[in-house]
Amino acid sequence: MPKNSGIGASTKRREDLRFLKGQGHYTDDINTYGQATAVFVRSNVANGKINGIDISVAENMPGVLAIFTGADFVDVGGNPAGWLINSRDGTPMKEPKRPVLAHGKVRHVGDAYAAVVAETEKQARDAAEEIIADIEELPALVDMAAALKADHFVHDEIGTNQCFDWGWIEDNRAATDAAIKAAPHVTTLELVNNRLAPNALEPRCSTASYDQGTDAYTLHTTSQNPHLTRLLISAFVMGIPENKLTVIAPDVGGGFGSKIYHYGEEALVLAAAKKVGRPVKWTADRSEAFLTDAHGRDHVTKIELACEKDGSFIAFRTETLANVGAYLSNFSTVTPTFLHGTLMAGNYTVPHVYVNVKTVFTNTAPVDAYRGAGRPEATYSIERVIDMAARELGIDPVEMRRKNFVKPDQYPFASAAGLEYDSGNYDALMDKMETLADRGGFDARRRESEAKGLLRGFGVNAYIEACGIAPSNLIGVLGSRVGLYDAATVRVNATGNLSVMVGAHSHGQGHETVFPQIVGEMLGIDPLSIDIVHGDTSKIPFGMGTYGSRSLAVCGSAVVRATEKIIVKAKKIAAHMLEAAVDDLDFVDGQFTVKGTDSSVSFGEVALKAYIPHNFPIEDIEPGLEETAFYDPANFTYPSGAYACEVEVDTETGKVRIDRFTAVDDFGNVMNPMIVTGQVHGGLGQGIGQALLEKAQYDSDGQLLSASYMDYTMPRADDLPFYTVDHSCATPCTHNPLGVKGCGEAGAIGSPPTVVNAVIDALQSGGKNVIHIDMPLTPVRVWEAMNNA
Amino acid sequence: MTKVTMTVNGKAVSGDVEGRTLLVDFLRSDLRMTGTHVGCDTSQCGACVVHVDGAAVKACTMFAIEADGAAVGTIEGQANADGSLNVIQQAFQDHHGLQCGFCTPGMVMSAAALLQENPTPTEAEIREYLEGNICRCTGYHNIVKAIMAASGQDVSAIAAA
Repeated sequence: MPKNSGIGASTKRREDLRFLKGQGHYTDDINTYGQATAVFVRSNVANGKINGIDISVAENMPGVLAIFTGADFVDVGGNPAGWLINSRDGTPMKEPKRPVLAHGKVRHVGDAYAAVVAETEKQARDAAEEIIADIEELPALVDMAAALKADHFVHDEIGTNQCFDWGWIEDNRAATDAAIKAAPHVTTLELVNNRLAPNALEPRCSTASYDQGTDAYTLHTTSQNPHLTRLLISAFVMGIPENKLTVIAPDVGGGFGSKIYHYGEEALVLAAAKKVGRPVKWTADRSEAFLTDAHGRDHVTKIELACEKDGSFIAFRTETLANVGAYLSNFSTVTPTFLHGTLMAGNYTVPHVYVNVKTVFTNTAPVDAYRGAGRPEATYSIERVIDMAARELGIDPVEMRRKNFVKPDQYPFASAAGLEYDSGNYDALMDKMETLADRGGFDARRRESEAKGLLRGFGVNAYIEACGIAPSNLIGVLGSRVGLYDAATVRVNATGNLSVMVGAHSHGQGHETVFPQIVGEMLGIDPLSIDIVHGDTSKIPFGMGTYGSRSLAVCGSAVVRATEKIIVKAKKIAAHMLEAAVDDLDFVDGQFTVKGTDSSVSFGEVALKAYIPHNFPIEDIEPGLEETAFYDPANFTYPSGAYACEVEVDTETGKVRIDRFTAVDDFGNVMNPMIVTGQVHGGLGQGIGQALLEKAQYDSDGQLLSASYMDYTMPRADDLPFYTVDHSCATPCTHNPLGVKGCGEAGAIGSPPTVVNAVIDALQSGGKNVIHIDMPLTPVRVWEAMNNA
Repeated sequence: MTKVTMTVNGKAVSGDVEGRTLLVDFLRSDLRMTGTHVGCDTSQCGACVVHVDGAAVKACTMFAIEADGAAVGTIEGQANADGSLNVIQQAFQDHHGLQCGFCTPGMVMSAAALLQENPTPTEAEIREYLEGNICRCTGYHNIVKAIMAASGQDVSAIAAA
């Protein structure tokens, strides 16, 4: 194997070659002979009763092949929630049907109630404008607290706007309440975790075709998890047998959670392809992306931290309202509950934790997992209230955190929020952060800023998250309707190169480079002789896809297990070829050698023998060399980190500038440092975007005011700094074969409270009694906070 | 329908287009050159940046008929004649300046236009120039670094990737 190309090498990405030359194949790049185009007709009111839809003009327009309305889908199933959550009183959550197209009512701006299929996109758009819908506008339910009190409902059939009222851990509630009541100091913070639009740069796109001769469908779609999408379409929505539906997610231009979910447009193009007998494509424009891609966050939270006067934590108690929007998206019920509440002990030995989450239906786009998914909300609440408590008690914010950290000798550690952390060293991360961020030099830098008339602040954060989702047995008990294993097939071809079929999907994460690094190292062969196949349900084993920083920890573990099986079988073949016992063979650097001799065969020779099995022990060993493994994790993985941010605040304008940002993370073992660093950079960009720039803003009528890049502030190059990133303080995961934890979401989880803590520190240093500002910390919000203080 | 003729990456092309056909649609749909991407509908994201007579242009802001007679350059024409990556493309790979790859064609085309105007831009100049190119994956760190490297500047002091 070439040096420096295996595990731990910063191998350059092979997928870059096609992306850099314009040779990628994203869904919208793929065109099929005879393809027609679908365009959706969407509600421009947030809540309305559909009295009628007149398609008589549109259906006679040039090029129109078919028009669909909600009435065409009343007999097919709803798009389900993947997780059943029970309320504190034991009653199951409310699950109103989410139809392919709205029928009877429209429930958010952008809710599709009709679709036109025409020869060309322009013809479809022209016809869509001629569809006349009689929609009686009803009062919009936008604010969560108001929706809970309202006497009209997003879904009339459930008679409430509350989906569930969840307590975690309900048995700990009384003890937590009592501890807080008796505590010497309680810090209370009310905050908003701002609603975000994920904004993968590639808009969603789906193209379906139907083969009458075989009664089989093919769907190309922008998905992070093609098998999950197929399962949802087959088992719940359309009833197409899984063996008659191939789902292909080719190159996908970013996901960040928004492309986990099955959306109605996928079902529509499948139905349309059959009806018109032609392939049918739909491509979202950016406005549709803003209106219909599942949004993220949107929590309104009250958190209390009870502690001793010396800063020792006694209890965290949280009450949260979480918006689920107009319909339950696939992971919408687990995100604000088990992906949030179970992390509410943070990195700390706090004895009491209780979390209450009420989820609320509103006339807004569905809300679901977005990069971090619940853990950013947990981290933000915890790390903001700790900073506030430290300030109230006059304790250094770093020391306050250190005082309460779980210590290295306490693992495995059972947190008060119900998880078992397997490894970590939070003090080491904090030490490294303080060094890299040059905390010692901060006071001098503050004076320099002050000399320029600017306020400088230093913000810190310690986070823990749960990745590598998830152990199927555990999540089954907690209400999951799926398992969250993953799968890999390693196929050694006769000429010694390999195809590795994986259930994970790469949409920027670099699987095509990293998985071969691992297999190459295990087999002692050149990673460039190994290709990854992903994204096509007709080629790959049944895997659950990519989200929750799970690709490496779960699917990577399946790759290892399958490769181990390859080695076991190859060794048997080699033993036959060398006329030796299996136990007498060594396998080093791609060579099987009889111990103590120079008698050996290469892995490539064994591969050839497996496929040309002349003189082969056919009674004992099957021909061929291909193995599949399914891997179901024993526990979550627990990445952790210590972050620091320094900001300068211009008191004249309220403008915040990030001067430096330091992210020190423990991801366990690192397979490709270059890619891991890039993942952190991207997460930081999104987290800083949440802290300073981004908000999906509805008005009181349910109109999305921020539905374009003119109105929704995406982070641009000049909003962000160069980052300092380190992952050298690694404590390997104890329960997966690579010792890896997952790095995809950390940056987005750790950075928002770090930035806000820094801004508050800056304002406090200038004598402004500002204790909290809700994100995003735009100039106007900062200026108003300063001037109202 | 109006007939348009132009060169794309040095090759003469022509087609019949409606007046409302955007240059990016002509490239993607008529010429089937899908390297140029569409990421928004308000000319903000920059995934569709191409060169028209040497200038960086968002191909979603220009009608195909406006490019009649022009010399258009796209991402498909950026690699060296032997198919190897050009200096900018190579720097993006070397410094991990792309992840999902969707914004990348526009980033590379904008970077090329920048370096044409300003052969050794500072970090601040690069960040300002890229205000019309949105990337959701990289946090921009490695894009800025790659462009500095492509311009021949020593980037070893910038935090490692």
